[in-house]
Formats: sequence, structure tokens, C-alpha cells
Amino acid sequence: MTRLERLGLVEARTLLRRRAIGAVELTRACLAAMERNRALNAFITETPERALAMAEAADARLARGEGGPLEGLPIAVKDLFCTEGVRTTAGSKILANFVPPYESTVTARLWAAGAVLLGKTNLDEFAMGSSNTTSAFGPVVNPWTPAGSSPPFVPGGSSGGSAAAVAGFLCPAATGTDTGGSIRQPASFCGIVGIKPTYGRCSRFGIVAFASSLDQAGAFARSVADAALLLQAMAGFDPKDSTSAELPVPDWSGELRGRVKGLRIGIPKEYRLDGMPSEIETLWARGADWLRAQGAELVEVSLPHTRYALPTYYIVAPAEASSNLARYDGMRYGLRVTGRDLVDTYKKTRGEGFGAEVRRRILIGTYVLSAGYYDAYYLKAQKVRRRIVEDFEAAFARCDALLTPTAPSAAFRIGERSDDPVAMYLNDVFTVTVNLAGLPGISVPAGLSAAGLPLGLQVIGKPWDEATVLEVARALEEAAEFRALPPGVVEA
Amino acid sequence: MAWTIAGRTGEWELVCGLEVHAQVISKAKLFSAAATEFGAEPNSRVSPVDAGMPGMLPVLNGFCVEQAVKTGLALEAEINRVSIFERKNYFYPDLPQGYQISQYQQPIVGRGRILIDLPDGTSRAIGITRLHLEQDAGKSLHGAREGVTLIDLNRCGVALMEIVSEPDIRAPEEAVLYLKKLRSILRYVGTCDGNMEEGSLRCDANVSVRRVGDPRFGTRCEIKNVNSMRFVAKAIEYEARRQVDILESGGVVEQETRLFDAARGETRSMRGKEEAHDYRYFPDPDLLPLELDEALIERLRAELPELPDAKRARFVSDYGLSAYDAGVLVAERAAADYFEAVAKGRDAKFAANWVINELFGALARRGLEIEACPLPAEALGEILDLLAEGTISGKIAKEVFQEAFDSGARPRAIVEAKGLRQVTDAGAIEPVVAKLVADNPQQAENARKNPKIVGWFVGQVMKATGGKANPALVNELVKKALGLG
Amino acid sequence: MPLDRATVARVADLARIAVPEEQLDALAGELSGILAWVEQLGEVDTQGIEPLRSVHPIRRAWRPDVVADGFCREAILANAPEREDGFFVVPRVVE
Repeated sequence: MTRLERLGLVEARTLLRRRAIGAVELTRACLAAMERNRALNAFITETPERALAMAEAADARLARGEGGPLEGLPIAVKDLFCTEGVRTTAGSKILANFVPPYESTVTARLWAAGAVLLGKTNLDEFAMGSSNTTSAFGPVVNPWTPAGSSPPFVPGGSSGGSAAAVAGFLCPAATGTDTGGSIRQPASFCGIVGIKPTYGRCSRFGIVAFASSLDQAGAFARSVADAALLLQAMAGFDPKDSTSAELPVPDWSGELRGRVKGLRIGIPKEYRLDGMPSEIETLWARGADWLRAQGAELVEVSLPHTRYALPTYYIVAPAEASSNLARYDGMRYGLRVTGRDLVDTYKKTRGEGFGAEVRRRILIGTYVLSAGYYDAYYLKAQKVRRRIVEDFEAAFARCDALLTPTAPSAAFRIGERSDDPVAMYLNDVFTVTVNLAGLPGISVPAGLSAAGLPLGLQVIGKPWDEATVLEVARALEEAAEFRALPPGVVEA
Repeated sequence: MAWTIAGRTGEWELVCGLEVHAQVISKAKLFSAAATEFGAEPNSRVSPVDAGMPGMLPVLNGFCVEQAVKTGLALEAEINRVSIFERKNYFYPDLPQGYQISQYQQPIVGRGRILIDLPDGTSRAIGITRLHLEQDAGKSLHGAREGVTLIDLNRCGVALMEIVSEPDIRAPEEAVLYLKKLRSILRYVGTCDGNMEEGSLRCDANVSVRRVGDPRFGTRCEIKNVNSMRFVAKAIEYEARRQVDILESGGVVEQETRLFDAARGETRSMRGKEEAHDYRYFPDPDLLPLELDEALIERLRAELPELPDAKRARFVSDYGLSAYDAGVLVAERAAADYFEAVAKGRDAKFAANWVINELFGALARRGLEIEACPLPAEALGEILDLLAEGTISGKIAKEVFQEAFDSGARPRAIVEAKGLRQVTDAGAIEPVVAKLVADNPQQAENARKNPKIVGWFVGQVMKATGGKANPALVNELVKKALGLG
Repeated sequence: MPLDRATVARVADLARIAVPEEQLDALAGELSGILAWVEQLGEVDTQGIEPLRSVHPIRRAWRPDVVADGFCREAILANAPEREDGFFVVPRVVE
């Protein structure tokens, strides 16, 4: 059998359990694909030795008829999850040599389920970005970039490395984190599935924090079923995270049928933006038709504070980040740039250790929390945030899930929009609302733009109702029959 | 307590409030599972959470919450049903996260009060503004090597209660009384060991002055590092006088933080180090609002012991002790318990005298706390019984006390072993008296003329019997032998 | 409200981030742009609205008072830029 790296999680699992393929064999195929496609710059750290050792152990368990739900399945991990003994950089120079002495809860769950770590994927520095161009380890190339086309397309961000790795068939699935759209937007740009569960579903313990009240781990895969399988293993209560939900995790992957008959699907009217490309409008309408055709009832709903979501996000997230990133001070770990004295050492370390976008957000966050401005910015934003939550509550009184575009455009080229931070922030217009309200959301590839780039549709669910989100996503997936392949992948 | 500073231009009054940091008694830290123990090897009681490592999250130690609530209840304070942990952001090498998790706008405990007991026997209430929970920082060691500071994070993350008083203190000595009372209450409820040497109890004082009769507050200075009972009054008085001097010479007191230099007995400005602080407080998004339910509060209320004020009142009414003696006895719960064990079934005033004078004296000489007292309360009670029975004299009782305190032997055993039993048998004393009278004819003659000299014979008899003779009996027998009876 | 150079310098100082003099103006412009954009929140009526504290119902997330961590000095110090005798070594703190 050739091209093992093209197998999805569910398929590969079946073959592994039947011993038709081995975990080592599968892992080797992925490692080779990673090596061939290093030009994508999807990984910051590859862990081939660890991967093969884990795969061997998985094979041994599989041979004994044992093993967890992900036994022998190789995956990539966003380099924001701390991995014990494996350098964890957060895409930053300031953590370039940091080796955690502990494992994040999410990755610990994955290894306990039998998954194999292929490596740590590239990302926007500290997950701050929508294009994966702020990484200290260089930008990631979207595998949908045709050969010779330059500059390359961005994979989206911040989980750009994970999205590119899955889209480029370097691995069947990967973890991501999503603070304002960092899973769903790159999934949309790369033509794969990306799910962010309800805030509190996955433990944040051991995930380098960006904005604590918004950060949530999630999964990338090439199918809804695969994404559900990976997320299933990641989710669950963790007493080490006070914001983790003490709720059982339903069996998402086992019950997935794509049944939307009788569901009410809301179309938020405020998501029809002025100047939105018509191909996005068209895609959205087509998505609604698909669901209607499968027996869902489409209703228009209103989320009146939608337009305030991005400004709210760009107060709350930088404010939390400015505090979360204070620990990177060169004293106990990470980069230290020695200056004249202590204060100078702090300033040089942080001035040189952080990239421009991180510095910008820390400064904004520091400013909005500073004396005299707290009420006008931070407190105001948290009040507006409550209104946004209330909008969703009202909408969900009338429907079971919402359907929206994932992003207002397809992937753009590296370097585009980089001179205007606000223009870049607009990428997240449809996704940040979901983080602000702590809801589950998924992006499903639904078509191609005129330029031949993938476009995704987003399904947003009620809190803790990932099951419905996945069902609707599965229905869209079936109807969309998205079969296009990225042109920028180097084959064996 | 009337206390004023006489300036050249008039009388000045002190206005002072204290901010006390009390280390919460708990096994684990406030937000991590690392141990709180004191004196361990550097950085050997530090979890990745305490070290502020990437991705680490705080989880609240529920016991520390209960300790804060108990303390609040003991301070007769409002317990806030919802309180919020906030981040106080600033950079310092002993603060690994770059922020201290503290409580700011909504503390766990609101207004309460402490009664201080003034020397004249009256009490005065000092208001408590608030009590909140926060994390301690690590420890910086300077001077080990040129140009560097060494950091030990063992203390980092240990739970502290910051207890803020109203500016109700009007005399330096009141500050000491406040601190002593607070320490006593904390130790009663078992929420802080009150050890100032080890830093379990730390005090900053906010000091300002105003002309007597002026209702307005003056500009205050915060005096840091007043970390012993001895220095509290000194530091406050020094600072108040410094401010009066400035104001009387037409100057303006600058609001600033000052450090008390115990060696020089003065406060000095920390300016230069203190830049304009902007702590950027905001609710910690890693922690949920802290909600308390009635059941928990009521359970903790029920667990409270009898507190010093109530105990003092009971000692006065039930045992007939003076307010002063009762106050001395209740300062430490263990001392009060000791006293009650001794007093049970005995003369309480007598027991109080022995505990306060003999026991506390002996403990002080050996530098011991009541908890480490080598003489069990039953043993002291036994001495009092021996006295009451007339088995030993008062003088012998003190000897027996010292012996029992030093050796740990039971008083009755000491009396028997050393033959210290009081001699009450006239037949045993009479020959001694007779011999003394015969050997000292001149003294005997004098004594017959001047009965005051009888005492000399009594003293000689006591000496000859090693103090064991019953003094009243000796007196009677001497008089009889001299023909004075 | 647009930020001036001095404000940016003050904020950078608070955040302990070195910003070269020559970048202050450009940064002031960028930050002002972002702030001007977020200030549209002023249009939202939030009279009587409580600020959001948690997106989901609050539970009691307390740990028991049990020592179960922290005996890991080597792990704590392993990434230190400088260490000595079990301490972290940092530039001298001025007292």
C-alpha cells in the first residue's frame, strides 16, 4: 500500500486494528511526507525518534489486541502545547530553547489514548495572528499555493502549521488552539475541518496562554468524523484548570450520522457584511440550501452586537495577553538579554524576545488596563461582551445551531495586509464572536474561490452541544463533496 | 488613650491605620499543591505553577478560603458571598508570573472590628476595613555576589491574608495593642501562627498627623517593614514627629512609602526605587469568582472557638479575676486553657496568681512558649493542693514548683522524696525552740521586753528546720517558751 | 484619543519592553489606529450591564489542602538562564 500518509484517522484506525498496516509504517510515511514538504515550514520541531518509539509501543499494544482509541495514530501538535522533554516555543524567540518539565493535559490525554507525536507545528507567535506570518520561525506556506506562485498564500493563523500539515497530507490530524478563530480560519484557508469546542471542554493546563478567557484547544482533520475522533480524546474535565467543565464528554465520534432533519438552523443577518465578496455570500446561501434539502429548517436570527465583537475582542484579548506574557522576563527560563541593570535586562529581553505583533498587543493591553483607562476600555468591553453572550442566548432560543461563513475571504498572500493591523484583525470577524461567548464552532470546507482557494462554512452551537455542531458539519460535508486537492504538496 | 505631640505652634494628633499581612496556616499553597513549610532548601518547595512556567494555571486551595472566612468571622466582619481574584501587575524577580493574584475591588471579607484593651481597663474599637486573600512573593537574597541577586521561590504562592484597619489608631501604643489583639485572635482561630520573626505576620503602618480638633486627614506616608512589636510604636512615633516637624516649619508632607530602619530608629524615603506604580488590576481570567454559600459560612462559624474578648469577660464574671489578670490570661488560648485546668475545683484567684507570676515568670526565664511548658497544668494544680492542705508551706511550694518545672517530676513525689512535708508536730519543734532559748539567754531576755524580737527566734527555728516547720505553729511555740503566750 | 510618543514610551516602560526612540512615532500611529477603532464600543448602551466574569455558570473549583507537587527543584531550575547553589541568579535588584 502506498501513500499511507493520505489516510484519515478513522480509516487508519481500522487498518491498524486489523493489523493491515503497522503504526511504525504509518508513522514513517508521515515523517517522510514532513521531510519532503519542509518548504511548507509547517513544523518548528520534528520528533521522529520519539514518534517511532511511540509507534513501536503502539504496535506492540495493537499486536496484543490492546490500545486506546487513537492507538498508533500519528498526529501533529501545535507548538503552544507544552510537551515534557520536547522544546515548546510558542513560535517565539523568547521561548526558542524552552523545554517544559511537564505535559499539557490535552496532549497527555492523547498519548494515553495511544496517539503518536510527529512534531510541534508552527504558529503565529504566542498564537497572535491570522496568517501565521508572526512566527519567529518564519511563515508557513499554504499547501494550496500552486508551484511557482509567489509570494505564497498564507495558511491562516494562528494554528497555520497544524492546518498546513493536515491539508498537505503530512499527518492525518493535528491539535490547534483557537482564541479568536485560530483553528477555524486556517481550516477554512487550507480546505480542512477545524473544530473549537465549548470553552471549558478541553483543559488549558499546559497550553501557553494567550488570552485565558478565550483560549480553547481543538482539532484539525480532513473529515468531520476524524475531527470528532481527535477531539473526543482531547476533551474532558481537568481539576488543574479552574475553568474546565465538570461534564461528561458525549460519544461524538460514534454517533455521527449527519442527520439534520427537523433541526432549526439560524442565519444571523448581521453576518452579511458590506463589501463581502459575492463568492462568500453564494457559498453561504448554498450551505443553507444543502441543509434545507436535508430536512433542516432555516430561520433568520439577529445578533445585534456582532459589529462590536472585534473591537471587544481587541480589548479583552490584548489585556489578558499583556498580563499572561509578563512571565516571559528572562529570569527563570527562556531568553535573557543582559542589560545595564535589572530593568534594562527586562526591557531588552522582552524588546528583542517578542516580535512586532506581540509587542503591539502587549502595549495595547497594557494601555487599556492602565490607570484612568480601565473603565473606558476593559470594563466597557466586558459589558459589551455580556451583550454579545445575550445575543447568542436569544438566538439559540429560536434555533439549534447557526450557519455562517468562516472567514470573509479566502487565503491571501504572505505580506498582504501586514501594514495595517486593523485590516488583518478583520479576518476574525465571523469567528471571534464564538470565542467571546465561549461557544463550540467548526469550519467545514465547502467550496473553492474563483482563484481556486478553499472556502469554509462555520457551524456555531449552543454551549456543550458539540454533538449538534458535528451533525450539521457532517451534513454539510456530505453535501459539499469537497474533493479538491492542494496543488502545493510534494508527492513521494 | 490621649496622646498628642506638642509642637511649637500647637498640639498635633496621630492618625494611623495598619496593614497586616498574615500568613495563612495551610499545608499547601494558595493556588498550587506545593508545600508551605518554612526553612527548606532554596527552590525545593516550588511547583511549576509557583514558578510561573508557561501554561501553568492556579487552582484555589479551599482550605485557605475557609481560613480567611474564619478569620473574618472572628473579626466580627461581613463575609462577602462573592469575591473576585484580580491580578496586580508589576515586574519583580521574586514575582514569577509578573503579577500577584490578590483581591482588589471585591475582597472576601468586608468591614469588621477589633477591640483593644487599654491600660485603664477600658476597651476601644478599631475598625477593620477589609481582609483579602493573596499570594506571597518569593525571596530575594542580595549581596551573596557582586552585581547579582539570588532568588528562592519557596515562599512564592503561600497564602496571605491582608488585613487592613481603619485609620482609627490615635497613639503609637494603640498600634501595639491592636497588633497584639489581632495576633491573639489569629492564633485563637488557628489561621496564622503570628510569628513575626519568621515573617508570618508583617506590618505596614499608614501614618499622618493633624492638628487636634481638625476633622480632616493629613497626607499619609506608608511605613514598610515594621516587623516586630518592639518597633511598631517606635516607628509610628518617629514618623509622626517627623511629619509634625515638617508641617510646623511650613513644609508639606509628601505621600510616599518609607522604610523603617530599626538600627537607626528612623524612617527613610524609598523614593527612587518607587516609580509611579500602575498595577493594572483586572479580574484573573484563570479563576472563577469565589462564591460562598450560607452552609459553609455557618459551619465555619460553628467551628469558631471562644474568642479572647468573650473569654476575658467570662474569667472576670465566673472566676472573679480582675480585668487585667483576665486579659493577661486570655492573650494566648493555650495559657487560658492552662489556667482553667489549674483553676478547676480550686481557688481561681490563687490559681491565676500562680499562673501569672510563677508560671509565666519561669517560662520567660527559659524563653518558652506556653505550648512548650514542661509543667503540666495538673502538676501546678497539685502544688496548689499541697498548699491548701497545709502539706507544704508557701516557701516550700515555690521550691517544689521550680523543681517540678525543671525536672518534670510530680510535686507530691518531690515533697515525699525530699521530705519537704511541713512539720506540724509541736513535739518535733519544741526541743529546737527550747535549745535556741537556752543558747541565747540575752536575746530571750530582750524578746520578753520587746515582742518584736520574737520574730528572730521564729526565723532561727525555720532555718533550723529547713523551712518545713509550720510558721504559725513555730510562732506560737516560741511565744510559749518565752513565757509570752 | 490618539496616543503620543510620551504615552507610548510610558506604556512600553510599564510593559518592560524596549522600544527604540525612532520607532515611537510609528508605534504611536499604529496603536492610535487600533484604539480609534475599538472606541466604537462607546456606541453600545451598557447602562446597568454587569461586566462578564465567566461565560459559563460558576462552579466551585477548589483544590483540597494537600501537598502533591513542588519537590522538583531540578525541573524548576532546568531552563534557568543562570543558576547557582539551587537559586535563580538575576541581575542585582536595587534595594
